[in-house]
Amino acid sequence: MTATVDDPSAEAPTGVLGTRMLRREDAALLSGEARYVHDLVVPGALHASLVRSPHAHARIVSVDLSAARAMPGVVAAFSGADLAKEWAAPLPCAWPVTADMQSPAHFPLAKDEACYVGDAVVVVVAASQAEAQDAAAAVDVEYEELPATVDLEDASADRVLAHTASTTNRAYTWELNPDPAAVERAFASSSVVVSERFVQQRLVPAAIEPRGVCVVPQPFGGEYTVYSATQVPHILRTMLGMTVGVPEGRIRVVAPAVGGGFGSKLNVYAEELLCLALARRLRRPVRWTEERSEASQATIQGRGQLQEIELAADAEGRVQAVRARILADMGAYLQLVTPGIPLLGAFLYHGVYDVKAYAFTCVGVFTNRTPTDAYRGAGRPEATYAIERAMDSLARRLGIDPTELRRRNFIGRDRFPYTSPAGLLFDSGDYETALDGALELVGYEELRAEQARRRDGGAAKLLGVGLSSYVEMCGLAPSRVLASLNYVAGGWEAATVRMLPTGKVQVVTGTSPHGQGHVTSWSMIVADRLGVSPEDVDVLHSDTAISPLGLDTYGSRSVAVGGTAVALAADRVLDKARLLAAHKLEVAPEDLEFERGELTVRGTPSRAIGIGTLAFEAFTAHDLPEGMEPNLEATATFDPVNFTFPFGTHVAVVEVDTETGRVDLVRYVAVDDCGNQVNPLIVDGQVHGGIAQGVAQALFEEAAYDQDGNLLTTTLADYLVPAASELPSFTLGRTVTPSPSNILGVKGIGEAGTIASTPAVVNAVVDALSHLGVTELEMPVTPERVWRALGAARSLTTGGLA
Amino acid sequence: MKVAVTVNGHPESHDVETRTLLVYYLREACGLTGTNVGCDTTSCGACTVLMNGESVKSCTILAAQADGEEITTIEGLAARDGTLHPIQQAFHEHHALQCGFCTPGMVMAVVSFLNEHPAPTEADVREGLEGNLCRCTGYHNIVEAVLAAARSGELVS
Repeated sequence: MTATVDDPSAEAPTGVLGTRMLRREDAALLSGEARYVHDLVVPGALHASLVRSPHAHARIVSVDLSAARAMPGVVAAFSGADLAKEWAAPLPCAWPVTADMQSPAHFPLAKDEACYVGDAVVVVVAASQAEAQDAAAAVDVEYEELPATVDLEDASADRVLAHTASTTNRAYTWELNPDPAAVERAFASSSVVVSERFVQQRLVPAAIEPRGVCVVPQPFGGEYTVYSATQVPHILRTMLGMTVGVPEGRIRVVAPAVGGGFGSKLNVYAEELLCLALARRLRRPVRWTEERSEASQATIQGRGQLQEIELAADAEGRVQAVRARILADMGAYLQLVTPGIPLLGAFLYHGVYDVKAYAFTCVGVFTNRTPTDAYRGAGRPEATYAIERAMDSLARRLGIDPTELRRRNFIGRDRFPYTSPAGLLFDSGDYETALDGALELVGYEELRAEQARRRDGGAAKLLGVGLSSYVEMCGLAPSRVLASLNYVAGGWEAATVRMLPTGKVQVVTGTSPHGQGHVTSWSMIVADRLGVSPEDVDVLHSDTAISPLGLDTYGSRSVAVGGTAVALAADRVLDKARLLAAHKLEVAPEDLEFERGELTVRGTPSRAIGIGTLAFEAFTAHDLPEGMEPNLEATATFDPVNFTFPFGTHVAVVEVDTETGRVDLVRYVAVDDCGNQVNPLIVDGQVHGGIAQGVAQALFEEAAYDQDGNLLTTTLADYLVPAASELPSFTLGRTVTPSPSNILGVKGIGEAGTIASTPAVVNAVVDALSHLGVTELEMPVTPERVWRALGAARSLTTGGLA
Repeated sequence: MKVAVTVNGHPESHDVETRTLLVYYLREACGLTGTNVGCDTTSCGACTVLMNGESVKSCTILAAQADGEEITTIEGLAARDGTLHPIQQAFHEHHALQCGFCTPGMVMAVVSFLNEHPAPTEADVREGLEGNLCRCTGYHNIVEAVLAAARSGELVS
């Protein structure tokens, strides 16, 4: 196991694996040739447009569709009542985290009661999108407004119910407390207790491609092709079968080019069910394209938690126990995995620190707001934020440098595999080396000196340095562990590797990329294992007719689970090729060596046969060993035995203008360890994008609601997705600690940047200002919030007005 | 109304509703779906094309306003033989795209930007591209690609 900070641009290893191979996906995307759902030309397709509730909570008194039905181009218009018989089951929630979890029935169109602004009430179908939108504006819905519960804490008190038929807003209470007495003892005997309360604001995922779906029926055959901008074509197919009542085998789901997801397209949405049901009913293709305001209101949002975290530490800052209590905002309904999102963080509130006692409680609460669900990191950014902010608080309390405090508490590199106090087995890690690397890259000591100079010189622009050391759990997921968490499906992944008669290779994967470069990476894995050129490997994905088995892409699972399945399938192809080569060369299989695509008789280099030749021989099947089936093809399904645990340390450097409150992120260093890297170029890209999204939570983004439950940030003019001008370039480093959880030694990197960067940035802002008395700042840390916090601190210290 | 536009060097003429936005003229009347629609508020820049060589957000102007003008879309950038434009090539070599949805608009914005700023600093690039949002790359590699394209000196204005 090696762990050194590498320059990612350093010389690549021999062979294709681990090289910075340029992406094979790019040409189609760069030329405009790629087809997203909205680009598909489907003759005769009807366009659906939805009428959505303008109220956070309202009884639907009446729906008048007569004017809309009379509009030009309109083919049909339906209320929730009109379509009630179309559904075999409500929209699915696949993660009933407790046996007594409350889950109000959620149908594609609300029938009696609308429960958030954006809840769909009516669908209009017309010949063109413009005609459908015009007619939707002519629909007359009479509402009777009901009291809405918008504030999370208030909702948890059940003062106003989010659903009139329910008796409580509490969806569930989930607790992890393996040794309550140990936690009590640790807190009772500790020298220092740090108690912090943090708000995880709601975020809009804001993939640049809005969602879209197009369902093409073959009315006489009873089959349907569903094109959807989804991360999860396989899950969607199963769920469409269960909810719309079309036999699953007659549904083909295709995710064509998909323009980003970040968790928001890891779902089963009302519009997908509606288009299928309408295509069935009208016997015509039906399509729907999301508008941006709908993407803000009717696509799931992320985060949305109130967190309380307590650390019990001794006088030297060694943390003995961590206790976390979370209120998690479910929104109005439970979408696909809504209730489970906080639980993906439940095991990680002690972070990278060796803590003896641990307790976690989460209460899921309904509000009259857009449902929440997976957003990049999903539970793990929230956990990391809480522990990393709290560690900085502890460092301030004890007057210890935050880097030193972290070192004192790290799980040592000699402790792996490490059984965590929450019951996980951390596979491998070396947290100190990543911290050392990050401090070296950022020039930590110099920054501290510069910070002191500015403070002493009375500079208006103060410097802040913020750290975040993180560990996450990836490689979702061991199916048996999912069972213990009450998730209704497994976590395996499938792959087929098939050699074609010409020696080319086809890979079929159950993962469903939408920017992650699986075509490139999977072709590199197969090229490495079969000794062929990556250009000769095609990767087929995201079409259930081609790839019937899979569990799709989310949770940084694709390379650790899907990539491993690809490698296993390639190994099985090679096993068969070896048997065939032994037959052809008339030797025992174990006398053959495999190198660079050739099987050679050991000690006799002239007696060799290439894998391409073997593929053709297996195809013709003229001379196969007794009992061998034709063709070189194998399928593998990999169900991991453990999660993987990527880790690292990020350092943010900010300048804070004490006169205006403006925060500038001036430098950012990330040292990550995702185990072995298939393609460091792609790893870099994942880290870059992740950092940007985490920084955005820290400084810019919030799905802001007014007290009536109206979303105030419905457009990209109001919701501040950062542009290039708001971000610096990033300095990346990497350590490599292979994972023992899979044969590739990989861990996953899709979410690390987002997980680490939010606390690093906020810690940096607090670090710049804490000597002035500012230690509490809510996200996003806007200039106004900083300015007000500074004013409040000054008035406290001077007794006067700011 | 009839709207006639030269698109990627080819004359196009189509009857469209007066309210038709240029982006839908390009996508639906001309069948050029490389230009994407990402928002309704001129914020994301996914729909950026060139009008008479300068970048415009095609969701923000009417097709009628482009009548008689020359439009270049992402489909018109690479050479006929498939050779990528130097900016497309730079995006490829620097891994400046992931999901690709913002990419056509981003590339067209860069073409226009580098025409006006042939030797930009990093700060110039970041400022110059602030009208185009990318959710995947954190812009790091986009900025690298633009600077590399500028340095290569292969750009044809």
